[in-house]
Amino acid sequence: MITHPRTEELVESVRLWIDEIRPTLDPRNAFLARVAANALATVQREITEGPAAEAEAVGLMAAVLGHAGDYEALNAELCDGIRAGTYTVETPGLLAALTIMARRQIAIDQPSYKPEGTTAASSS
Amino acid sequence: MEVDVRAGLQKLAARLGGQGATLAEAGRLSGGASMETWAFTIEGPAGTERLILRHRSAPFDEETARSVSLATEAALIRATGANGARVPIVRHVCDEADGLGEAYVMVRADGETLGKKIVSDPRFDAVRPQLARQCGESLVAIHKTPPPPGLKLKAVDGVAELDRYEEVYRATGARRPILELAFQYLRKHVPPRVEPTLLHGDFRNGNIMFDPGKGVVAVLDWELAHIGDPAEDMGWICTNSWRFGRPDRPVGGFGDYADLLAGYADAGGRPIELSRVRFWQMLGSLRWGVMCLTMYLSWRDGITKSVERPMIGRRVSETEADLVVLLEEGL
Repeated sequence: MITHPRTEELVESVRLWIDEIRPTLDPRNAFLARVAANALATVQREITEGPAAEAEAVGLMAAVLGHAGDYEALNAELCDGIRAGTYTVETPGLLAALTIMARRQIAIDQPSYKPEGTTAASSS
Repeated sequence: MEVDVRAGLQKLAARLGGQGATLAEAGRLSGGASMETWAFTIEGPAGTERLILRHRSAPFDEETARSVSLATEAALIRATGANGARVPIVRHVCDEADGLGEAYVMVRADGETLGKKIVSDPRFDAVRPQLARQCGESLVAIHKTPPPPGLKLKAVDGVAELDRYEEVYRATGARRPILELAFQYLRKHVPPRVEPTLLHGDFRNGNIMFDPGKGVVAVLDWELAHIGDPAEDMGWICTNSWRFGRPDRPVGGFGDYADLLAGYADAGGRPIELSRVRFWQMLGSLRWGVMCLTMYLSWRDGITKSVERPMIGRRVSETEADLVVLLEEGL
């Protein structure tokens, strides 16, 4: 992979430029520009944190399902199993695994989001 | 269906304000894909009137839509208002002669609707501890209003809502284990049936106008009104996606469950168990997750090209982060 610049740096440079011109835009476009900058920030995080998050998810799902596989296959099998009632909230390790996966994903999609259960002390 | 709203408001000024009345100012406040809100002022012999126009800007089919017609919305606001609910005052329901299509006019009220401000602006510090109780009280007058005869209101219960959103979820083709688990869990925990009532249907922080001194001014945005379990309106305002960064305050990011429930019971509402509210709250997170998926799809399928839509698709994970905690805690 080319490193000068790296992909995430290209994305970051566009995001910073959008932030720079935002004040010159009309209210509607200023809002959409903020959304666009947020989208690029998500892309940037996905490039840097995504591979590790996916590898971790693969490990967690494999442990619940009892065999190895790629992300898509394990995810599909888990969905089918939950729908069929094979895996429930009582299944040992399932909720713990899903909680880790959810935390990793929200860290990429929306790191400022404070999920249910966040205490007052850490939310102010 | 292009309607010249400004021209329509000019005509309306004469109709509402009397001989010689003019449109002093008009500006669009917000516009979704299908609905526009305008603020306008009429000056006439009877004085100055500050008004709001709700106007539909895209075709609408009441049979298939989830939302109600604007005429129904206006009728519900009038009926609940007459029953003591804190709602806007409907000034006029538009007809053919107005040339504005489907629309109605409300008296403009003063107050704050931005959820984030209610939750964190120091101006609301003093009144904030009262708000959850007031929300409970406000719901009683709405839930106790007999639906005006002749309106087409859909009836929904927990099972129907789960069926509906599971069907939508399956149709998206997305595979999300946490949403799957939430569907299965909620199906096993549907609360026993209660006498259904009129519901606001979108009762959350962001759709309620608050005043820093008095608290609840008016319950707005009635387009999702329907008949169902009164706990549904309570669960939705407790859904974490509408707590604006204060998950530690379950009611709208400003109050506690106990105050909401006590406000409801003390105002004469049939007492509601917390577990029932929590069922609808969890279903609220699940529903919002599925809605986020469909907003992404509306972009993918070319129905709307706004950059906002795919980004809302990435909000599914916020509902998943909430759902895993609720599943762990139980109802």
